[in-house]
This record gives sequence, C-alpha cells and structure tokens, in this order.
Amino acid sequence: MTETNTPIVDYTIRLADDSLTLGHRLSEWCSNGPFLEEDIALINVSLDYVGRARMLYAYAAETENQGRSEDDICYLRDTREYRNLLINELPKGDFAFTIVRQFFVDTFNLLFYTELLNSKDSTLAAIAGKSIKETKYHLRRSKDWMVRLGDGTEESHNRCQAAIDELWDYVTEMFDMDELETGLAAQGVAVDRTALREQWQQIVKEVTDEATLTLPDHDIAIRGGRTGIHTEHLGYLLAELQYVQRAYPGNTW
Amino acid sequence: MVSLIPTVSIEQVERDQHRANPATAAIWNLLDAVHDPEVPVLSLWDLGVLRNVEKQGDKITVTLTPTYSGCPAINTMAEDVDAALKNAGYRNFEIRNQLAPAWTTDWLSPEGRRKLKEYGIAPPQESSTCRKTSSDKASLFAEEPPVPCPQCDSSNTLKISEFGSTACKALYKCQDCHEPFDYFKCL
Repeated sequence: MTETNTPIVDYTIRLADDSLTLGHRLSEWCSNGPFLEEDIALINVSLDYVGRARMLYAYAAETENQGRSEDDICYLRDTREYRNLLINELPKGDFAFTIVRQFFVDTFNLLFYTELLNSKDSTLAAIAGKSIKETKYHLRRSKDWMVRLGDGTEESHNRCQAAIDELWDYVTEMFDMDELETGLAAQGVAVDRTALREQWQQIVKEVTDEATLTLPDHDIAIRGGRTGIHTEHLGYLLAELQYVQRAYPGNTW
Repeated sequence: MVSLIPTVSIEQVERDQHRANPATAAIWNLLDAVHDPEVPVLSLWDLGVLRNVEKQGDKITVTLTPTYSGCPAINTMAEDVDAALKNAGYRNFEIRNQLAPAWTTDWLSPEGRRKLKEYGIAPPQESSTCRKTSSDKASLFAEEPPVPCPQCDSSNTLKISEFGSTACKALYKCQDCHEPFDYFKCL
C-alpha cells in the first residue's frame, strides 16, 4: 500500500519523508564534521529535522487510524513507497554540498512553514509554528556559511559553485504541485508551493551575489520523489536507517 | 502615546492562574522537584515546559510542551514526571504533549532566568514576541544584540557557534574574562 486514500495523511507523510531523509543525511556528519563546533551544529540541525519528522509521522499514524504506528510508517516502507523530494535524499557530498543544500532547503522551509502556519489543519499549523522558529536558526547559519565559503578561498568557492550547479536541477521539484496538494490547498490545508518560487529565488540570489557565486540560468527539473521514483541513493539510505527493524522485526528498547 | 510593555507573557499569566487552583496545588509543588535533565538547575516549571495540571474527579492530566522538535530530553521529562507522581502515590494520571502554542523562551520564569545565569548559562536576551514572524530579509539576517557574559557581565563577547552542547544553546566566549559560556537562545 502506498497512497492511503486520505489526502491529509498522504500530505503529512510527504512532509515527514522530506524531513526524515534530510535529517538522516545530516546525521551522517556525526563525528565527521570539519571541526567540533560544526559537528555539533550539524547534528543539532539533524535532530530538529528528525524531531519534526516524528511529529508528522505520529500525526499521520493517528489520523490514518489503521493500526500503523509512526515507526511502522518510517521503518517498514521501501523506496518506492517513500514520497520525499529528491533534493533531500542526495548523498551528503562534501561540506560545501551539505551547506548549499541546507541553504536552499532552509530558505524554502522558512517560506513554506510560514504559509503552513495558516493551515486550517490545526496540528499541521502547530508543527509549522515550531518549525519556523528552528528554521530561522538553521537559515542564519547556512547563509553565513554560504558567504564564508563562496567568498572564501579559491578552493571553497569552486566547491560551493560546483554544489550549486549540481543541486540546481533538483530545485524545481520543491515548487511542484500535483492533484493531491492542489486539492488540499484549495481547502486551505496545504501550501501553494508555486507561489513561493519568486521569493525563494530573490533571497537565494541576494545571498549568492554576496557570496560571489552564480546561479545557473537553465531550468532543468529532475523530479519523481512524490511518485516514488527516486535516485539510486535512497535505497542505501533506507538500508541503513531501517536496518535494525528489518533484521529484528518489532524490536524495541 | 503611552505604550505598555508587558513584562510577563500571556502564557505565563495563564500558567500562574492554573497553578493558583487549590485543587491541584499539591501536584504543582510536587512537580517542582522534576528538573530538566540537560539543564538540571531548572525545574520543568522554570523552563516553561510544564503547562498545566488538571484534575477531573480522581484523574490527573499533566500537560507538557516540548522545547525543540528534536529535543531528546522531552521523553526523559515525561518519564520523570511519571516517576514523581507514582512515588507520591498517584495512579490515575495521564501525561499529555501539547504542541500549540509553540514553546518559547519567553515562558522561562524570572526565577529560571536568574538560576540560569548563576549556573553559568547566559539567559535569553530579547523577547521573541517582539520579533516579527515575517520572513523579510531584514529580520531574518539581522544582527543579534550582544550577549553579556554570565561570569563577569562584560558585553565584549563573541559567538563561536550557533549551536552548543544542546539544541537550545549557542556557544560564546567572553573576550574580557576569556571564559567560554553557553547562551540559552531566544526561540
């Protein structure tokens, strides 16, 4: 079973999958950060993402009310059942790649959760309320790093620019709307993603200008996450994330 | 024009009202012994995480609001509340998590702020209710006001990292007394 026939549950699982996959990627920096403070910062941001995913999975499980727990949704679905945006599942890459992705996604999240605050679904609005506050800290940090790396050494500049060029094709999917989300947006529950693009572009452009970096002018879009068509990387991510539950089904501690 | 500056948040007033209820007073006092596992100097009341204690017939409902989404301490806090109630002989109770309104550092009690500073953690500076929730760039990337050193009160301090030993703290150092310190961030 993939879609649940309950739009609000499917929507909530999408947002949870986005948050979990990126949170997991950030957790891979644990003990591998460039220096201690940055290691701690990356893991703190990771915790916020995983915590947000938990709130969303718990809400999806409760609303679905079919006996699936938040853990079942997270640990017992395979790649084709995951609905996250592709940008969140890409491997962590080098530090520049991690920072550019965070900057792109943090900026998006700030705009997205600011709108979701007005959702007629009071639980989603409450989760948005928590997420915005945390996202502001995330964004302040990723923005600072963009400028430090972009306007830093030749090496850091080049790595940052390479990350922008690679990530750019995954940006458009963040603003895609489909039937599910359009329907929920019409009811005042979901956010109209297309309306966020211009402001996103404006903030990103301003910061990349300051960082002496260039945004690509092409508009290629790689998409598929929302229909379960993922990059090869998600399977490896889930293999690690779900290992214990797959090897020892139902195990708890 | 006279502008009123509220020194106590609306939520704090509500909490004070809840606490003033004689029917639950004993439980509030009992729960003062439950402390934040990460910042042991603060009780759950000081931290603002303990939102409400209600009694309907024999049943007690304790409401907690988590600080950060991913804060692992919330589970420990709920377990500690559970243990405190059981040890005092209560059996019929429920511990609830409530997300909205979202926890903010404005809910730290004045006593809590004082305890933090004494413990060597700089308390949150500005009231986050004054901050705009809009996403305009000015408020987003605005400079933060200086954080005074909890040891020597100097304002000549430097932020080392946006994130410290826990999600709720940032890492600073004092350029006068040269002590590093944690700052309890505004949220």
